Amino acid sequence: MAAVTQQKMDATEARLATLDLPESAPWLAEAREAALTRVRAAGLPGRRDEYWKYTRPDTLVQPEAPTAAVFDHGEEAPVFDTVDRLKVVFVDGVFSSDLSDPLEGEGFTIERLSDVADKDIHWAKDLYGTLETNGQDPVKRPLAALNTAFAYDGVVIRVTGKVSRPVSLIYVHESEASDAMLHHVIKLEEGADFTLLENGPAAARFNKVLEVDVADKAGFHHVRAQGRDHERRAVTHIFGRLGAESTFKSFTLTVNGQMTRNEAILELTGDDAVAHVAGACLGDGDFHHDDTVFITHDAENCESRQVYKKVLRNGATGVFQGKILVKNKAQRTDGYQISQSLLLDDDSQFYAKPELEIYADDVACSHGSTSGAIDDEALFYLRSRGLPEGIATDLLTLAFLAEAVEEIEDEALAEEIVSRLDAWLTRRRKG
Amino acid sequence: MLEIKDLKVKLEEEDKQILKGVNLTVEAGKVHAIMGPNGSGKSTLSYVLSGRDGYEVTGGEASLEGEDLLDMEPEERAAAGLFLAFQYPVEIPGVGNMTFLRTAVNAQRKARGEDEISAGDFLKLIREKAKTLKIDAEMLKRPVNVGFSGGEKKRNEILQMAMLEPKMCILDETDSGLDVDAMKLVSEGVNALRDAGRGFLVITHYQRLLDHIKPDVVHIMADGRIVKTGGPELALEVEQNGYADILAETA
Repeated sequence: MAAVTQQKMDATEARLATLDLPESAPWLAEAREAALTRVRAAGLPGRRDEYWKYTRPDTLVQPEAPTAAVFDHGEEAPVFDTVDRLKVVFVDGVFSSDLSDPLEGEGFTIERLSDVADKDIHWAKDLYGTLETNGQDPVKRPLAALNTAFAYDGVVIRVTGKVSRPVSLIYVHESEASDAMLHHVIKLEEGADFTLLENGPAAARFNKVLEVDVADKAGFHHVRAQGRDHERRAVTHIFGRLGAESTFKSFTLTVNGQMTRNEAILELTGDDAVAHVAGACLGDGDFHHDDTVFITHDAENCESRQVYKKVLRNGATGVFQGKILVKNKAQRTDGYQISQSLLLDDDSQFYAKPELEIYADDVACSHGSTSGAIDDEALFYLRSRGLPEGIATDLLTLAFLAEAVEEIEDEALAEEIVSRLDAWLTRRRKG
Repeated sequence: MLEIKDLKVKLEEEDKQILKGVNLTVEAGKVHAIMGPNGSGKSTLSYVLSGRDGYEVTGGEASLEGEDLLDMEPEERAAAGLFLAFQYPVEIPGVGNMTFLRTAVNAQRKARGEDEISAGDFLKLIREKAKTLKIDAEMLKRPVNVGFSGGEKKRNEILQMAMLEPKMCILDETDSGLDVDAMKLVSEGVNALRDAGRGFLVITHYQRLLDHIKPDVVHIMADGRIVKTGGPELALEVEQNGYADILAETA
């Protein structure tokens, strides 16, 4: 790897100068120091980095967060409002015990990271920063290492049973200049089952890392709705490790947001594991959304799917970088990747970089990427049945996103997401 | 009901005149059939009437119950009571058949200033109509026309027609791609909708559809014009002798 340039070192040190390592027990302090070393070794992302070719990291890296107006959500109820769940609320990146439910539930333990940080011995020692470290090879992800070093808050969850009631992380944005980092660690024991929900704009700038260790035969389900403030900026990383016969399913809805980079880095380490990641996004105007996915198959007979759909209008930009790496022992891998954009005008842009790297010989991998406009034939068909052009266009837009939304297993959660999409489209149709 | 006067249409993209002065009046309660060789302009007529892009009206007029059709958006024509059963119904992945139909029914009602149909009433109505067309619950749930056979697509068109209750129905080669049994089923569906207040324009190549949907008037179209008009016997003449004789006599 090329040496870090002086310019990059300066930018990195300028950012680091604004941060303090949180006080932690020795095991955690050690993990934070090691992460800081990784940040310095790689340097924070710069405009010339190949991995950031389509997304300018400047606002995510600069010392101070660009301010972001707090958005008035009006009467609209927050997403997942009707879902029975354990609510865990963070305001501008700080846990709020007043707004949260008591941190307890059946089949799992949940603690606040800043509480865990005081403990001399904790199981999270083996996990905190571990999957993030593994995920630094072959591509560096310095903003994730920065998070491991400096995140003060987050949740630490250990799941031992089959948990039907989801844990819901709610991110409230109140301050125009908030710069938040959260680091969550989730460990699913063998045969455990768990659903995590996330929603809310979080902060003016948000850096979040989620590390999920899924043991054999366990199932992890994740549904996230990123919104609704427009000026916010976010970089998020999900690091997942999948054991044998385990399942990992993650879906993200993104509406609005000037800058969002969502990375998912999954490693299938046990035979017969299944990993699905999906995303639907709706962008309007000065919207930039980047999905970067890296899935490594390192075991036999595993399945992975990446399904990403973007609707872009008024000059919005979408990016997809997705890779499937099949190592030589990962025979009978079934890999699928699709990234598509619906461009509603000539000003909007979609950049896609699908990659397959395969070392095993008995493998079925497919990938595809398309960009297109609304299908005129379909539009006329709907209008000829009496649907006004706007409603017909919205219906076709929802239909375009359907393949991604269908990746959500739970029907009630899928309906929640569809109703959000519908509301977003309706708001814009009615101006 | 439907009145077309000296309608002239060319393709927008190329300078090609397709309709060269079509005159046609369909009265309420009547079934008119248009037959004609390939390229005579039959399908163009149906598309121009329903408002598809890509055609330029260079002369003449078309109205539905006195309202100028050519000035309206496709959805306004639909709300005014025009319905086109497509020759090739469009597949729309991701949009459920039932959702689509309920949205369409309610959009038309809204455009006419009527109340929306309740979910319960809609369900009752569609089940009843679907049953007579042998459309099962599974087909109603599936995305519009996706994975439907040729016959299923055409039955689905007739179901839409039955649900939307238009005043003027245009059937564009509804018989194409149908086997005998499917044609019988589709025809029965159409015949069930025959009504004193409703007009039909049936476009077809073949007489056999007209055995099932008996027309009152038959027109022969060639080279962008209606060249001959007569009773049902005209269709039989075409079936026996082809278009050559008629075209020769009108040339």
